[in-house]
Formats: sequence, structure tokens, C-alpha cells
Amino acid sequence: MKFTLSWLKDHLETEAPLEDILAKLTLIGLEVEEVSDPADTLGNFIIAKIISAEKHPDADKLQLCKVDTGSETFQVVCGAPNAKKDLLGVFAPVGTYVPGLDFTLTKAKIRGVESMGMMCSESELQLSDEHEGIIELGANAEADIGNRYIDYAKLNDPVIEIAITPNRPDCLGVRGIARDLAAAGLGTLKEEDFGYNEKGEFKSPVAINLDFSKDKAHYCPAFYGRYIKDVKNGRSPQWLQARLRAIGLRPINTLVDITNYISYDRCRPLHVYDADKLSGNISAREGKQSEQLLALDGKTYEQLDGTCVIADEKNVLGIGGIMGGEETGSTNETTNVLIEAAYFDPINITMTGRKLNINSDARYRFERGIDPQSIELGVNLATKMVLEICGGTPSELIKAGTPPRPEKTVEFDLQLVTKLTGVTLSNKEVTKTLEDLGFKVSGKGQQVKVAVPSWRPDIDGPADLVEEAIRIVGLDKVTPTALPRTFGIARPVLTEKQKQVRTARRALAARGAVETINWSFIKEEDAKLFGGGSKELQLINPISADMSDMRPSLLPGLLSAAARNIARSSEDPVLFEVGQTYETDQEKGQHMIASAIRCGTASHSGRGRHWSGNAKPVTFHAAKADAIALLETLGLDESKLQITTDAPAWYHPGRSGVIRLGPKNILGVFGELHPETLVAMDIKVPVVGFEINLDALPVPKKKSRSKGALEITDLQPVSRDFAFIVDSNVNAGDVIRAARGADKNLITNINLFDVFTGGNLGEDKKSLAIEATLQPNQKTLTDEEIEAVAAKIIAAVSKATGGEIRS
Amino acid sequence: MSELETLEKDLIKAIKNTNDLGALEEIRVGAIGKKGSISALMSGLGKMEPEQRKTFGQAVNKVKQAVTENLETRKAELERAALNKRLETEREDVTLPMRENPVNQGRIHPISQVWEEITEIFADLGFKMAEGPHIETDENNFTKLNIPAEHPARQEHDTFYFAEKQDGSRRVLRTHTSPVQIRTMESEKPPLRIIAPGRVFRSDSDQTHTPMFHQIEGLVIDQETHMGHLKWVLEEFCKTFFEVDEVIMRFRASHFPFTEPSAEVDIGYSKVGEEVRFGGDENWMEILGCGMVHPNVLRNVGLDPEIYQGFAFGIGIDRLATLKYGMPDLRSFFASDLRWLKHYGFNVLNVPTIQGGL
Repeated sequence: MKFTLSWLKDHLETEAPLEDILAKLTLIGLEVEEVSDPADTLGNFIIAKIISAEKHPDADKLQLCKVDTGSETFQVVCGAPNAKKDLLGVFAPVGTYVPGLDFTLTKAKIRGVESMGMMCSESELQLSDEHEGIIELGANAEADIGNRYIDYAKLNDPVIEIAITPNRPDCLGVRGIARDLAAAGLGTLKEEDFGYNEKGEFKSPVAINLDFSKDKAHYCPAFYGRYIKDVKNGRSPQWLQARLRAIGLRPINTLVDITNYISYDRCRPLHVYDADKLSGNISAREGKQSEQLLALDGKTYEQLDGTCVIADEKNVLGIGGIMGGEETGSTNETTNVLIEAAYFDPINITMTGRKLNINSDARYRFERGIDPQSIELGVNLATKMVLEICGGTPSELIKAGTPPRPEKTVEFDLQLVTKLTGVTLSNKEVTKTLEDLGFKVSGKGQQVKVAVPSWRPDIDGPADLVEEAIRIVGLDKVTPTALPRTFGIARPVLTEKQKQVRTARRALAARGAVETINWSFIKEEDAKLFGGGSKELQLINPISADMSDMRPSLLPGLLSAAARNIARSSEDPVLFEVGQTYETDQEKGQHMIASAIRCGTASHSGRGRHWSGNAKPVTFHAAKADAIALLETLGLDESKLQITTDAPAWYHPGRSGVIRLGPKNILGVFGELHPETLVAMDIKVPVVGFEINLDALPVPKKKSRSKGALEITDLQPVSRDFAFIVDSNVNAGDVIRAARGADKNLITNINLFDVFTGGNLGEDKKSLAIEATLQPNQKTLTDEEIEAVAAKIIAAVSKATGGEIRS
Repeated sequence: MSELETLEKDLIKAIKNTNDLGALEEIRVGAIGKKGSISALMSGLGKMEPEQRKTFGQAVNKVKQAVTENLETRKAELERAALNKRLETEREDVTLPMRENPVNQGRIHPISQVWEEITEIFADLGFKMAEGPHIETDENNFTKLNIPAEHPARQEHDTFYFAEKQDGSRRVLRTHTSPVQIRTMESEKPPLRIIAPGRVFRSDSDQTHTPMFHQIEGLVIDQETHMGHLKWVLEEFCKTFFEVDEVIMRFRASHFPFTEPSAEVDIGYSKVGEEVRFGGDENWMEILGCGMVHPNVLRNVGLDPEIYQGFAFGIGIDRLATLKYGMPDLRSFFASDLRWLKHYGFNVLNVPTIQGGL
């Protein structure tokens, strides 16, 4: 919302300096976004007179002008077709910055003739798009020769732009802003101008009807108008044009300018029809699917069902509360007009605006909620201005329907202000503030009834009134008050799950990985590559095609980050992310995943070339080590984990594994990325990685902090080595698990220390050598007892894997 | 000089003169070995008269002791010399660079670090951490937060939508962390103090907006918490977070559908070069929105606004990070550029604590 300082002062009697007004606006919730003072950019332009104009000796289209600024005469080369002797215009001397051209004038030679400045067009001053000729001022400017143009043209008026929150339609009119400022102590609200206050001189030849089915009647409950005949339209007066231009509106003609002016002055949108272009009476009704309208923005809108249109007996004239039609708008030739003011349902305006995709100042206001009591006022204000500027004879007011009267009354405890804000305010202070804003407070003591003014659709309950009181009194009055401590010393607040997530991050960073945060949405192609891409996880309005699908895995984000880094550096990236993936659109379908990748040669012991030996390309073992290290850090016992070989398709089928805790609970996956995956992700070095689903981890049970007694024995552990010959497809993990399970009391560790193939083992065999550690706890083991355990280990491994002891 | 004295003198001289452990051993054997010169003298004792045996015995023992001591000393000297000689040959280039240390290679993303800093501060004030899903119902993201379907405020949210379901409902990517307020109030009874940090999404992208960013929501619900408490909490938070003794904050009236009264908060700062320093009121920077929880929101989760009241606030984590650590561009947070991450990321052992500094 833009307005100028002088415009504000039409409604607010104040001596306050601009800075105070700006500061107060911001504090009371009308945040100042920008202030521009035309004097900053246009202060150097002065009024001057061309005292002679002759043809340039060397150019057909240029003239040599002598320009008189009252005190001096300058020679100026001018290309404007309208430059002529005795023209009063706007002169910019050398050294002036010309905003429309974005340069500073210097002394210049144009076709060999010196030019000491420039006579300016409106576009050069950025007043309008007019650049065909230089500005021509009326004869009354003669007295102002040598003075600043902005003073003459009343442009010396600071323009203030404020942000209006959606709850404050009343402040989309300058008067509403003035009311707030007055309540906040910055002056007095001036008497309201109610416009034309007579009956009218004839009966309108055009009638207005409301023509809705019962269930649509709320689209437009009231529609008033007035016919004015014999008006003279044309360019509006200088002051009106200046105000509209200052707030960024283009002056059209007096009738249109008046409606725009009242829209900004009172937040009262209006429309003016050229009455001679109407066919019969007009009505507000629901639009039809088959109807269309060429609107004032030059676009044609179709399928008007569900919208509220204004129509005459033949055509749709406009979309109510949003935009009028091109054909019945007023032009310079218009002589008879019909002024329209109505109330339109905010919800229907919103839906219509969205459906037709039209934005307009009127829509912006109606959808936020116009004062329903301002309909007659709007017609009268417009009538008064039209009569003053364009002349003419007004008809009687014509009315259809009745404006809604919300008449909201809030039961209010005046001390709720203190209860919610902590600021002690007397009943009297709260009452006065509310009354200054236009509320009517009745009742005695602290329990009162507050009648809400019709221009405040946002006020519903007591909390809203508290907001009104405190924003006007000032939030700076709120005193910081210590929040009582719930405990003397802070108690832990993180859940076990939350702690796991934090630990996971630091565990991975401690292994040399760099944390990344990648987009939650990725391109469809990548989502499909990693098991996603379902319709329910696709955004219907993605910001770009590369960000259309919710990610099914963290890997695509990590891999594309790696590809980008590899492209610009020789370092092999080690990246991780701890973040969410999306399996379904339900809460349970969102998982917290920890995932890391190692690229090229980036193993845990170092990467790249080194004097001690170059690092080799990474293998899945590195990813497995990362995954297991993470799980162990998170409290899992490695010996309880099982590895199966059914990893998803984006991994190398023979160099990947699934980590399970029990047969059903999958904790994660590790492995070398499938070569095709890397091609798709545009990576040319080997990459290994893992994904751990932190949601699948058992949550540590809250138990006693005691770690239990440490049981140690002085008895020496014994170790025995075994070499098993197994089929080459037998997994080492199965051998280890079988051996460990052979005697859970005595066997404390199984260390697989050798894998051997070839020799005389045969093609489909391999030898796995393990060292079993036996820890006696009662007495030293006898040879027989050790042999018995050894036999159990051999039997268990044989049973589980078919392995035979190597002789 | 007696024969014995001469023997001692000659042996010690020989010991001192030898530079070779083998020769030294030969001297030892020749003197105190089984057939050595001193051993021979000892074995001659048995044939002597008791008186003479005693005197001569003592004298021989003394010589033996002196020779033995000299042998040991010389042996130690020669051994050390030999060791030194060997060590000298083992000299290597100690300036060769070592492999990088994983602990120092790894980094924690600034957002994670700041997230932990924030939770650390609020933990001290008794705020628990609550979380919620990114894919939310329209109901939780808007309706229950007092933003009805037609409300213009919905348009300001630049929402990402999913396709409408058969039953007409549609899910959205949450546009703020406020739905976690709803989830918390629906599942727990007051008094409540929570913060809810997390990812949020808006369809907006330029230098100061990314389509995904991080917010932290704060919520206190009980029977007496008012705006004064809100102001105190935010001031204490800013002082601790930015590690300054004083901050100047400006509370401006504003509007959010889910709070009433609502305020936006600016923090005063000055600029020294490119660096932002908090304190003073030279310039204002908007850092958060807050207010008292709207009675309609309380009603929507089954709490009686006549009894319960409290405040809520929402802060951008990414923005707090840029203010504290000086990153120029929000988009870099999600570009995963190693150069940026190494520079702005944190060492894994740098865990934020109140006692150690944040």
C-alpha cells in the first residue's frame, strides 16, 4: 500500500515529523517498506523558458534553443519535435542525474554544437512513459521560471509504502492508516467527508437488479449506483494525476482516476460505466459457463460460472469486485455515466480470482474484506468528485439489496490485556485505545461489551481486542519477564531417538566424512533409479523439473553432490547426510536415514597418492566398516548383526549386503554402487556407500545407569586355530556365527584371519582359517575339555556350512 | 710395586684401551675367567698359611673387584657407542607428511551445528524437542492453525502441493514448523514447553530464499505465560546464541493467523566491514515472528482458551547461521560444495555446550 505524506495529512491533523510517523507506522503493525522523496531525484530540475529556437546547422531533426532560467541563459541542443520559442518546460542543467536515462548530464558537443543541459520529457523524469516530446507547462508557470519543477508540480511529497498484513483491509485506504496513527497519538483524525449529500435531481434511467439463486445470494448482497448525465471527461487535474503517479498508478481519464483515487483513499473500490454503451438495465448475477468478457487488462476471460458478474441485458460488463470490461469503460467522449458500488463476498472473490487468475487492486481489497457499510459512501464520494471536476447532473441513488451488517459484539474482560501481555493497563486506558480505533465500549468495570466497527472484519474475539490495545499502546511497553524454571538444574530433554540422530552425525564426521544437506526433492528420473517415483510423492507444482519427486533415498543427493565436487576438484569426496527419505506420504512413510559415500580412493586410512603407498580404489569393505562403526557407536552389538546378500538394484549385486537385526528387521544396506547407477549419476570413479535406517534401530531402554559388576578372571584365555575347507559360495559370516555358537559360555571371540583359494583346494572350494578364543571362568581348562570344545566348533561349522576341517 | 699391583694396573689399562667388545671379553676371560690370571691367584690361596691367606686373599679380591667394575663400565661404554653408531645409520626424513586424520577431515554442517546450539539453549530453559513429518495434511499445516482454505494468508505461503486424493484431501509439504505445535498439543497435556526444529518448504527461490529451509518453532502453553515471558525468552536466547552481553530488540505489531497478538522481532546491529555486530540500534534486522497462541488454535486442539494461554515463535535456522557465521548466500547451504563445507563446517569434536560456549 502506497500513499504520500500530503495525502495522509488530508485525513490526519498532525505536526509530527516524517521520521516519527514512519517509526510509529512500523511499530503499530503497518511496516514501512520504503520511503522515497522525489526531491532526492528530481530536485535539480527547474522551470525554464525557451526564448529562441533555430534549426541546427548540421542536423535536420535538431534545434538550437536558448533557454532562460531567470538568472541565466543556456544553449541547448534539443531533438524534441515540440520544442519551440516561448515554450515553458523543465530544464536539467549540466551535472543533473536524469533518472529516465540513468546518466548524469555533462557538457556535450552535439554535431559540433555545444549543449549546456537538456529540456526534458516526462519519461526522462520517470513521471510517465511519454517521451514523444518535452514537457509543456501552462502559462501559469511563467511566474515559476527558475524554481524547482517538483514544487510547481506538487511532486515534493514523500511517498510511503507500507506492508499490509492480510487482516487489515481497512488500512488499504489512507483514512484507515490515519485512524491508526491518530489512535497511536500522532495527531487527530480529521472530520470525515461523506461526499454528495443531496437526493439527486432525476430518477436514474438505468435500474439495478440482484439476480441470484438463493444459495448464491451472498455473492453480492448489495449493489448501489447513481447515474450522472452530461459530464465532461478528459485528463484529470494535476493534483489527482500527481497523487496517482506517486503511488505507481497511471492516470487514465478523470472518471477512472476518481474511482482509483477513492479505492486508495477509503479502500472503497468503485466502477464507472459509460451509460450510453449499456443495453437496458444492469444486474449482478452468477456468470455462465458459456460467457466471456474482454476485461480492462486487454485479456479475455472465459467460463464465468461460479463467478459474480455484472451484466446488462445483452452482455457481461465486468467481473464483480475484480475487473470491469473494456467495452463499457469510460473514455474521453463519455458524457453519461453510471457509478457502481457494491459489496462482494470475500470468499467468492478469492475463488474467482484464483480460477481466472486475475489480480487487481479491487480483488486485493474485496478478498480481504471491504467495509460493507461503505457502499453508499462510495457512491456519494464519487458523485461529489465527478460533479466538482466533470460537472453533470446526478440522479437519485439507486439501490439493490442491503449491505450485510455484521454488528459483531465481543464480550471483553479489559484486564485480559494485562493477563496476555504482562503490561498493566487500566480499564480506562484500554477503553480509550479501543474507542480511538472506532470500537464502541459499553458496560461498567472490567467486563464490557465491545462493538466492532464495520471496517474491521478481522476482529472476532477478546484476543483480537488485546492485540488492538497492545499494538497501539506499544509492544515496547512489554517488560521482559523471566520464564520460571521448571527445575533448578536443567533436565535432559532429548529423546533416545533424537540422541541417536545427533550421535550418527558425529560418528560419521569422525570417520572423515563431510556432512551435506541435500534437497528433499529430486528429479523423477533419479527417484525412479532409487526405488521411488510414485505418484503420491510427486509435487504438482515443483519449483523446477529437477525438484519434482520426494527422495526415496539419500544416495541420489549425495551422488550428484559428489559428481559436482569431482568435476571441479581432484579430491575424492567422502560425504554423508543424516536426513529424511519418503516411502509414502504418511507420517510412518518418512524415515530418518544416515547415509555416506566414499568416492575414488577415499578409504578410512587415506586417499590419493602418498609416499607411503598410493590409496587403492575404494571397496565395499570401506562402506561396510563405516556402517558397522556407526551401528556400534549407536550401541548395537556387531555379533548380533546378520549380513545377507539381497541389496537393492542400485548396488553391485556381488559386492553389497543387507544388514539385519533378526530376519525381519532390516537396519540398512552397504556396498559398491552398481556401475549403471554411476553412469546414470555421471560419476566416473568407483563409489561405495551405505544407508542405515535410524528408525529401525532398537531404542535403548531407559534402565538403571549402573553398568553392572565387571566379571573378570585371572585364568588365561586359550586360543585354538581351525582351517575349514568350504564351498566357495559359503559366507564367512556363517562360519563365524556357527563357531561362536558352538559354546557360548567358553568362546568369547572368533577371529577370521585367513581366506585362501587355489592351491590344491579345487576350483569351487576355499579355506577359511579362524582363531577361537576360549575364556575359562571357573578353573583352567584341561586338554580334554579344550578338545571337546574344538570338536563342537568343527561339528557346528560342518553342520552349518558343510565345511570340513583342513588336515 | 708388588706383582699384584702391577697386574691390576696392567689389566685396567688394557680394559680402558680396548675399543672392541670382543677384545674386552677376552680380557675378562684372561683375568677372571676360570683360567684367568686373577682366578689363578685365588686358587693359589689354599696352599698358603692362614695368616698370609687372609691378607693376600683380601688384596686379590680388591683387585678382582676393581677389574670387574672397570670391565662393566667399559662394556657399557662400548655398548652405548655401538648403539649410537647404529642409531646414526637409522636416521630418516622426519619432515615427510603424514596421512590426513579422519577426525579433522570430517565436518558437521553449519545447520546441524546451529540446530544443536539452539536446542542446547532451550534445553536449559526446559524446552523439549518435538518433531513432525514434512509431508503434512492441509488440516495441520493450515486449517487447525486458523488459516481457512480461502484465507489470503494461504497465498502468502507459496505452498508445494501433492495431487488431490480420491476423497478430495490433499497433502502439502509443510510450509512452517507450526504443525508440530498442533501435533504436540493434541498428544500432550499442558504445561508444555517445546521447540520443533526442522525442514520446511516454500516454492520460492532467490538469493535470500531457498525452496527448502530450516525453521525452529517454540511453544509454551500453561495458565500464566504472557508476552513478557516471550520477550525475555527471546532476549535471553539471542544473547546466548550470538554470545553478546546485550541485544536491543524491537517488537513490532504484526499478523499471523495462529497468534494473537502477533509481533515481528527485529534485532539491532551495526556493520563493521562485512561483519554484522549485534547490539545498538543503528540498523534493524528482522529475525523472527511470534505471538500469543490464537484462541482458535487452542480450541482446535481441544484446549480451553479461557484456561490455557501461551506463546509461540518461529525462527529461521539458516538465517541465524548466516548472521552468526557470516555466510553470504543461503543457497550455498544446500549446494554441498566441499570448499564451502570445509570452510563453514565444524570439527566433529566441537560440540556446542553452554559451559564451553556455543
